[in-house]
Amino acid sequence: MEKRKAPIDFSNAVIRVHGLKKAFGEYEVLRGVNLELFQGENLVVLGRSGTGKSVLIKVISGLLKADAGTVEVLGQDIDQLTNRQLQALRIRIGFSFQNSALYDSMTVRKNLEFPLVRNRRGLGRKEIDTAVERVLDAVSLSHTINQMPSELSGGQRKRIGIARTLILNPEIMLYDEPTAGLDPITCIEINELINEVQERYKTSSIIITHDLTCAKQTGDRIAMLLDGKFQREGSFEHVFDTDNARIKPFFDYNFIK
Amino acid sequence: MDTTDTTPIVQEPARRKRFASFRKSLTDFFASLYNINSFIIRFFKEAFLPPYEFKEIIRQCYETGVRSFTLISLTGFIVGLIFTKQSRPSLAEFGATSWLPSLVSIAIMRALAPLVTALIAAGKVGSSIGAELGSMRVTEQIDAMEVSGTNPFKFLVCTRVIATTLTIPILATYTGLISILGGFLNVYVNEGTSYRTYIGQVFDPLSFIDFTAALIKSIVFGFTIGIVGCYQGYNSSSGTEGVGKAANGAVVTAMFLIFIEEITIVQITSWFR
Repeated sequence: MEKRKAPIDFSNAVIRVHGLKKAFGEYEVLRGVNLELFQGENLVVLGRSGTGKSVLIKVISGLLKADAGTVEVLGQDIDQLTNRQLQALRIRIGFSFQNSALYDSMTVRKNLEFPLVRNRRGLGRKEIDTAVERVLDAVSLSHTINQMPSELSGGQRKRIGIARTLILNPEIMLYDEPTAGLDPITCIEINELINEVQERYKTSSIIITHDLTCAKQTGDRIAMLLDGKFQREGSFEHVFDTDNARIKPFFDYNFIK
Repeated sequence: MDTTDTTPIVQEPARRKRFASFRKSLTDFFASLYNINSFIIRFFKEAFLPPYEFKEIIRQCYETGVRSFTLISLTGFIVGLIFTKQSRPSLAEFGATSWLPSLVSIAIMRALAPLVTALIAAGKVGSSIGAELGSMRVTEQIDAMEVSGTNPFKFLVCTRVIATTLTIPILATYTGLISILGGFLNVYVNEGTSYRTYIGQVFDPLSFIDFTAALIKSIVFGFTIGIVGCYQGYNSSSGTEGVGKAANGAVVTAMFLIFIEEITIVQITSWFR
């Protein structure tokens, strides 16, 4: 699979995280994370389960509050924002959840309409339908429009979850374990979709995963999260070109060699 | 071997542990009181500010009201019938069976209709709200709403609380009428009293304050069922156990509060009689 060729603007950081700390009770998950995501870049955050990868993007999206440090998204410090301002900022960020988080009680159409109707009040029926059809087409699932989430496969649910975030034309995409629990072929399809989204919507993305295929296929830059900090950063090859006893096994135990 | 010397050393940590656990329970209790208060204040802050979710309120009214209709009808009718049947022998001892319709109406309209409706709704609607919001919390659907720029509190909590507050009084009124009908069946079978006479006797002893108190009670019960169910579900801990606890907590806490509110409102009403 060819990686997309959209340019990265290294002079424009859409996310800046500095000295981020987050603890749950006694357990300190993030211990001073520093991060910059540039316009048009796909940054993959790798790490073992429980290292705080998901916590990191939840803090970036304002779902969790940081204990210390600063998080700047699209030039705005999220700690300084009022609820209304945070809500407005979130419209510019797409968040794809690990378990898709589709609304069980609504059809695919209603799921996709939900953020649109609430954030672009005054849109007509025709405009809403066009937007829904456009994003469904982008994820190649137009035929599922009237189905319930329970009738979809795991891969389809992931795609619809991504489509729901795309309907608001986000500038930043945050993917939480996009390939978790999927078969290898569907994983590759999701990886291709992530690259397609990046190209078509000109998004900058943070992809949280421990799937090295996903990291290799989608990431422009890889950051390895260990002990609450990024221990190694760079291209896929650079990150794993090491004798570090805690990073090397991550590569060795995966099927890619 | 003398073992008595060691006794105080063993008891001291146990006592300290008990004290620590008591202190933790007390702190948790006050923390949850604070959280519930904040939740209620947030409801009043957000419920009356635009944008309004009218469609969702109507959908929730349907879920709360129409779907409880069969159960409420059956229970209301049985309560009226059984209450009349059980009261008959006591009144018959004094030759006062003609007072049955008045007794039935006072008992039903003043106490039974709002209380029975609220208890049924706490079990059916409260648990369903707790479980639904709990499962939405666990599966990150609430977080998904939040990151898509929607206010989940307004969409999920405000709509449900408004729906229960509006529908429980309607259901309680309906329960009252259907119970009176149940009572009529018993009276008609035993005394052959006509419907017109029965209805006249039923409404005769009731005053404006009875209807007002019953209405206020139902509104308070409806609000309680909604707010408790939403609080439990919205703040449920992760995992399926959290969903179960939320559903269970919604029913138990709502019922407990309903009984306290019943006693309080009855006491307040009695001052106005």
